[in-house]
Formats: sequence, structure tokens, C-alpha cells
Amino acid sequence: MTNAPRIVRYAFGERLVHALAGLSYLYLLLTGLAFWTPALYWLAIVLGGGYLSRLLHPWMGLVFSGAVLWMYVIWRDEMRTTAEDSAWRKALLHYIRNEDVQVPGAWRFNYGQKLLFWLMLLGGAALLLSGLVLWFVDSIPWELRSLRYVATVVHAVAALATIGGFIIHVYMGTAVVPGGLGAVIHGEVTEEWARHHHPLWLARISSNAERRR
Amino acid sequence: MSTLELRRVSATTAPAPGIRAVPTITKLVDTSTCIGCKACEVACQEWNDLPPETTVQMGTYQTLPELTPNFWNLIKFKEHEDQSGLHWLMRKDQCMHCEEPGCLVACPAPGAIVQYSNGIVDFQQDQCIGCGYGMTGCPFNVPKFSPTTRRVYKCTMCVDRVSVGLQPACVKACPTSCLQFGTKEQMLTIANQRVDQLRENGFMQAAVYDPPGVGGTSVVTVLAFGDQPELYGLPRNPSIPVLVRLWKGPLKWLGNVAMIGGLLGVLTHYVRYGRKDRNATS
Repeated sequence: MTNAPRIVRYAFGERLVHALAGLSYLYLLLTGLAFWTPALYWLAIVLGGGYLSRLLHPWMGLVFSGAVLWMYVIWRDEMRTTAEDSAWRKALLHYIRNEDVQVPGAWRFNYGQKLLFWLMLLGGAALLLSGLVLWFVDSIPWELRSLRYVATVVHAVAALATIGGFIIHVYMGTAVVPGGLGAVIHGEVTEEWARHHHPLWLARISSNAERRR
Repeated sequence: MSTLELRRVSATTAPAPGIRAVPTITKLVDTSTCIGCKACEVACQEWNDLPPETTVQMGTYQTLPELTPNFWNLIKFKEHEDQSGLHWLMRKDQCMHCEEPGCLVACPAPGAIVQYSNGIVDFQQDQCIGCGYGMTGCPFNVPKFSPTTRRVYKCTMCVDRVSVGLQPACVKACPTSCLQFGTKEQMLTIANQRVDQLRENGFMQAAVYDPPGVGGTSVVTVLAFGDQPELYGLPRNPSIPVLVRLWKGPLKWLGNVAMIGGLLGVLTHYVRYGRKDRNATS
């Protein structure tokens, strides 16, 4: 296994931005859940108290927003839906049942990964905009108070949507796809892994490497 | 105030511990006998020993444009002209101590906002995390955020005085008895008598402002122009904002079901289908 040919799946910058987004999201999730329900307020206590959690939550939101923006800049082309994606979407049930032989090949990111990307981008934008209102709620004039009410609900709904994506993403990456977590931390996968999960991508980078030779 | 008199506590999953039955107290504000002396403002500042605020010249007798974290009792002056002439309307802007407090409902910090059995709604700033949700939940624009302490402040109804049998400082200072203090029943009786007098004097629209949308308030106001509370800067039919109720009610329930459902879903998936082909591992 160790001698199997390995290829770079995620460059250093990609791994860094992913870690930054993941860790900042985790903090936002835990503190956010503490403010969402009293049953989980203990999360804020563990993280240094409610006051500190509330103080840092918006700043961490800026970190997360920056990371998502960075991801958008480096990945937006590869995240566009392609013709292959519709075939992949139709085979979604096979993918869920781990009948991967019947799932059409994917490029660097499969349709599910692309969906998560756009969900996090749009959800992140909604969270940022509503979050800014909540952060500076004191500065929103009383005449525009509807903005406060809308922001409160938008922040919760957008958070819930991203939490759904986050649960599936973390579950897939750590439990369902062997090597997934390692790839995003260390950057490398085996050729065999790439052939199984992202054959079109493997074919492209192989022919690119061929041409360069 | 005793733990036995805690009727509601913010952000808690347990029932409030209050078991003692005490009458609901109320502050009566009769705007028709207010002379705008602002003794109540001074008394509030003095009793609560609040840092002084620099007054703002607004071209009226009003001390400040609105309440601040250091200024919890503001007499608002408004001019109103109709067929009978010019009317100088004064209103006491302060926490209304709602029976159903929007601030308390919106608050995510356990114990930061409490409601005592006598109806006083009080902020416990040591538990406040400064999120501002209480300001969003309030239909009267009362709680104010202090940038210095990053916590929120408002009128306490002089809970420290009331709990030892004294009346609030503003009531004590009022020279015309336009402010009175007692049980809700007593105050409503006096308020209704006053409304009758006003009607006899030609103010046919006079009414008591005790808005039912928030379950009534522990500050009731007699308005000569009771059909137009907006003239005084009071909302016509205040209630906890509908989106705040949606957020703390159905949305919260739905969100919790969705999140727990999501976790159970991936757990079920793992038990049923497990991980993908091991041969394809790295």
C-alpha cells in the first residue's frame, strides 16, 4: 500500500484553506448551537463562557467568510456543473448504497461535492450578511427594525442548511470514503483511489503529465 | 428579590422556581397630569447611581433623543395640533415590564433576563452575553447596549426598592402624582377613573394604554388621545415580533428535528451500507 503510486490531490494552499474553513466552521457551529438552544449552552461554557463565545463568534465568522471566498477563487471553475454531473445525479441512489460500479465517473469533484460547495458559498453569504446585522444590531435604526427580525431568521435558517451539508460532508469524508480525510490533510491519494472515485480527473491529470514529459 | 418569586427565567429548560403568590405591581403614568418637570429622570439617575449623560439640545424640553444604557427613564415631548388647539404631549419612555416580555423570549443566555412574580422584568447583567437579541425581541425599543461593558441595560422598576416595600424612585419624586404605584388592580381602577374625568372634560378618546398584545404591561399609561397612541410615540398594538416568535417556536422545533434526524440518518446509513470499497483505499 505504501509503495502504491501516489498523486497530489490537494495542494498546500487548498489544504490550508480547507482546514481554516473547517476549524472556523466548527467553532461557529458549537458556539452558534449554544445560542440556539439552552440545552446546548454548556458548549459556550466549555469554550470559555457565553460572553467570550459571543464576542469571538462574529470575528470567527469573518475568518470563515474569508476562507469560503478563497475557496471560491481557487475552485469555482472545477465546481461548475458539467454534463457528467446529470448522469451522476441520476445514479445518486447507487452512490448512496455504495454500488459505485454503477456510478458514472466524476472529474476532480463529484456532483455531491459541488453541491456542498455551492451550499456553503450561498449559505455562508447569507450568514455573513445576516450576521453583520446581528453584530451591529444596535446601529440598525428603529425604523428599519424589520431588518433585525429578518436577519435573525435568515441567520438561523442558513445555519441549519449548512449544518445539514456539514453533517453529510464530515460523515462522507471520515467514515464512508476511506482515504478522504487523509487526502485533505496530507494532500496525496493513490492512483487506485483516484481511479475509483474520480476517474475523469485522473485521466486528465495523467494525460497532462504525459504531455509535459 | 427572592428565588421563590422567579416566575420566568430566560433560556432555561427547567421550570422557573417561583412558588410564592404575590400581587402584580404596576406603575401608573397619567400623561394628562404630567407637567414635564423631569424629577422622575433625576430620581432615576440618583437612586440607581447611573453615570451622568450629556444632555442633547433637541429644540424641545426633552433631555435626550432616546433612552441610553445609562438613562432608563426619559420624558418624551411631542406637540399635537387639532381643532381644539395645540396639545403638549408628554410620555414616560421606560421599560414597560411586559407580562409576555419579548426580550426574555429572545434571550439565549440562561438567567440573563428574569421576570419576578410581581411582574417586574429584570436584566441580570452578569449573565448577559451582549448578543442584542433582547433588543430585537422588545417591541418598545427599550433595552440599550453599552459599548463599554458590552451588556444591555434598562429600567429595573427599582426592584431593590420595591422588594423592601418602597415605591420606585421616579414615583417617589413625582410632584403631581401623575406617577402612582400599587397593585395592578388598584392602578387600573385609578386609571379608569381618570379616563372618565378626561372624557367629561371633552377628551372622548381618552383611554388606558395596557397593550394586550404583550399580555398587558406593568406600566400602564393614561392617554388623553387614547385612540392615537402613536401621537405619544407608543406603538398601537405592540407584540413580540412575529419572526422572533417563529424563530423561537416552530423554527427551533423544526431545526432540532432536522439536526437530530440528520445525525440519525448518517448513523443508519453507516450501519446499513458502511464504508465504500476497501480495495479502493489509499
